[in-house]
Amino acid sequence: MTAPLEDITPAERARGTSFYEASARTRLELLLDAGSFIEFIGPEQREVSPHLKIFDLPEQFDDGIVVGRGRLDGSPVFVAAQEGRFMGGAFGEVHGAKLTGLLRAAREIGSIPVLILFDTGGVRLQEANAGELAIAEIMRAVMEARSVGVKVIGLIGGKSGCYGGGGLIAGCCSALAVSEPGRIAVSGPEVIETNRGVEEFDSRDRSLVWRTMGGKHRRLLGAADVFADDNVQDFREAALELLGLVGPFGLDKLKAEQERLADRLRRLSTCFDAVDIWTAEGIAHAETVPELPADQFIALADRIGRISRDAR
Amino acid sequence: MEGLKFAHSVRTRAGGTRQSAIVGVVASGNLEVLVERVLPDAECAIDIKTAAVGFGEVWTAVVGDFVERYSPGGLRFSINDGGARPDTVSLRLAQAVRSIAENGQ
Repeated sequence: MTAPLEDITPAERARGTSFYEASARTRLELLLDAGSFIEFIGPEQREVSPHLKIFDLPEQFDDGIVVGRGRLDGSPVFVAAQEGRFMGGAFGEVHGAKLTGLLRAAREIGSIPVLILFDTGGVRLQEANAGELAIAEIMRAVMEARSVGVKVIGLIGGKSGCYGGGGLIAGCCSALAVSEPGRIAVSGPEVIETNRGVEEFDSRDRSLVWRTMGGKHRRLLGAADVFADDNVQDFREAALELLGLVGPFGLDKLKAEQERLADRLRRLSTCFDAVDIWTAEGIAHAETVPELPADQFIALADRIGRISRDAR
Repeated sequence: MEGLKFAHSVRTRAGGTRQSAIVGVVASGNLEVLVERVLPDAECAIDIKTAAVGFGEVWTAVVGDFVERYSPGGLRFSINDGGARPDTVSLRLAQAVRSIAENGQ
């Protein structure tokens, strides 16, 4: 027998809801303490893109991003969630400004962390200049918030992954959690193939795409600090764990991050494929990593995977 | 893009106390419906912006059927449509009424 709906706790609902499949609004509803979310600049304010109508394209009332505040285990957090199904979750002028404003508010207050639920292909091509400017403003806003002690956590597990400028912003965050279907990169598979040829990267080879950009690889490399199973409750627990782990930020951290990345390049730049990297990192039977279920992978990553906790 | 506006007189006011709700997403074959409790009890308005041009008659039928079935008095529906099929539109409209019929803000 299935339990009646009213007997299901919020945590059970969150555990049973795929982060990948859920909308931005559902993710926030289930990620935060029940009923705690308050939206800023909600859809009823109709702050839509000023550019899309020029191209005769449909608008969305929230311009594809939901921002606001809520509580996580009782503590206040600022949140932003991109809707990956609206224009690939891409950054336009209004979309970007909502995130910049949220980060600046967090900087002014200084003590409330920010969770960014990325789900984006990058900059919206129809408003490219405004979108590129938005990426630069957001990156600056993330670093300014962090420099006054605000923790900025990225959660990545959506349909559109975290690409383009989204990948750059993710690289500026204090820490990241990622699930297997979440992908993190700057240039996407098709972009690489278009620019460098199919010999360089075959975008139709889904296995190649996932083992190069997917969550497991990013976790093993230390780009993401926590691996979450694909449900909203796991991301909630990952966010709480990361908020507890992130330490103070300053120039020393940035230097350590630079050294971490330089070291990674020294050690692994001759590897041809992600499997070679995993083997070099000491994983036996590295070719089986893509098939590992989440719990076994997390155990492996905790044993072998690198972290950026002392850096970033 | 094509804009369509419908206004209907209805028998009864929609239930609940919420002032607004939003359902759906603007994507291919999908739509978002923003519903707000801003009209007199016997009125209902539906404003549509759709990427699929030339389907006014279908919209008239879908909206007429919806208003007849739900009597959503006092509500204004604002739709951004990415070319959804009529059954998807009916589903989203029903979802919107159910969402705003809950009690709360």
